[in-house]
Amino acid sequence: MKLSHESIEINAGLMIVLTLIAISIGGLVEIVPLYYIKDTVEKVDGVRPYTPLEQRGRDIYIREGCYTCHSQMIRPFRDEDMRYGHYSLAAESKYDHPFQWGSKRTGPDLARVGRKYSNAWHAQHLNRPRDVVPESIMPNYPWLLRNELDFADIADRMRALKRVGVPYSENEEEYLTNVDRFGADMAAQLDIHRAEQSLVAQAQSEDWDGDRSRLTEMDALVAYLQVLGTMVDFGKYDEGYFAEFR
Amino acid sequence: MADEKGKSVQTTGHAWDGDLQEFNNPLPRWWLWSFYGTVVFAIIYWLIYPAWPIADSYTKGFGTVSYQSGGKEVTRHWNTRAELLQDLQSGSETLKQQAYLQKVAAASYDDIANDPEMSAFTQSMAKVLFADNCAACHGIGGSPARIGQYPNLRDDAWLWGGDIAQIEQTIEQGRNGFMPAFGEVLGDAKIEQVASYVLGLSGHQVDAAKAEAGRAIFQGQEGGCFYCHTTSGKGLPSQGAANLTDAIWTVADVPGAATDADRLKAVEAVIREGIQRQMPGWKGRLSTTEIKLLTAYVHSLGS
Repeated sequence: MKLSHESIEINAGLMIVLTLIAISIGGLVEIVPLYYIKDTVEKVDGVRPYTPLEQRGRDIYIREGCYTCHSQMIRPFRDEDMRYGHYSLAAESKYDHPFQWGSKRTGPDLARVGRKYSNAWHAQHLNRPRDVVPESIMPNYPWLLRNELDFADIADRMRALKRVGVPYSENEEEYLTNVDRFGADMAAQLDIHRAEQSLVAQAQSEDWDGDRSRLTEMDALVAYLQVLGTMVDFGKYDEGYFAEFR
Repeated sequence: MADEKGKSVQTTGHAWDGDLQEFNNPLPRWWLWSFYGTVVFAIIYWLIYPAWPIADSYTKGFGTVSYQSGGKEVTRHWNTRAELLQDLQSGSETLKQQAYLQKVAAASYDDIANDPEMSAFTQSMAKVLFADNCAACHGIGGSPARIGQYPNLRDDAWLWGGDIAQIEQTIEQGRNGFMPAFGEVLGDAKIEQVASYVLGLSGHQVDAAKAEAGRAIFQGQEGGCFYCHTTSGKGLPSQGAANLTDAIWTVADVPGAATDADRLKAVEAVIREGIQRQMPGWKGRLSTTEIKLLTAYVHSLGS
């Protein structure tokens, strides 16, 4: 069959295939090079995988659909820099699967919300936002304080992330590599075999949700929110350093 | 259409349902030239801006941006990060703002308050900074949503001191407010006595006998309340301990309680459970001048 205008136009299946090819060229040309252009991910210290508790908090963040109203991506614009702080780096979400960049901001961007407010504020605010911000239109999430955190499958969750490239450790060698990269304390928390202990220990290390006697979903979510955007110490770098990666 | 001038119209040659045909007119000229225009635009764009990937790099384009980094002038190919940096260093809005910021940074707090131009700038810029950073807890304009964790900044009662220097330190370093929980130490009866005494300090109607017993606990080793709240009950800013003799309440919602019994209950709850509250430090997040603006603004709220 000759591939003529007519044969494409009267053959729906062929037209769909050729349309998909034509459109994917545009996408592939934009996306694929990012995987091998060496400046895509900035060289920066401090970025580490989430601890088991933070990771469970992140799962809850996704479960509750926080991303539908909150982005986690400060763009390199003047207004965003002045309101939220330093623009987000690609390196800062290199362990995010899936990333939470987003483009819909009904609420504010959360990329640098970590340690901006107290734990108590987050717990109160998530429970009933209007208790602290009367103008807020965010829904209440009262079950976060009620629900005990289920972390029985945390090791499996970490294994799944390990498969897509997050350096959680499962054997001695990987653990020692993590000690070199992230320090001994953090490496212990990133060890899959100790995941449950690390999770409980971190939950007890701070009063995340205002009630130390229970381990709730609120504990995990607040621990996650409090680490957002705090891993990189921007004071260590010259102003122009990150512009060199673009 | 095209056959107005008598030309015959070409068809694509298909026929559907017997006689349904499709004209094959040439593209409208305006559309065609617009299309060629976009092609030319794309080529110019590729020449100016970063565009095509090549191996592990990409074409950088001829456009450049200059900015200061590490004390020297750097010129790089155009990119949004460099452009932002340039804008934040030498954009026209930045220069206007910087003129004020430098003036404010160099001035004393008194000078800022007395100079109408500087104080207008301080008020307007600090209001935005406050809304972005402080209002989530302290409320827009400095009045929180309700009495609880976060102090009202619009009154002249200051837990950690209301001097310029104290406010500046509070914003820079943050504060950790702590009062121990007395629930298990004292038990319900004694807590009621202490609460009665505390309410009496600010002139509320209380049971005199209970208040007298409460006084002994408050002022003695059993409660030890006077260590932070002082023997007069006026509080100690170095500890963030509240003045209990005024009408201002920051944790127990006494003004919101309808009856004497409710007021007592509100104060009892605080004594029983203690207080733990934290204000984060802003030193890393905000610049020294921004903290100065906020200090002047917050100080002006409380008077």
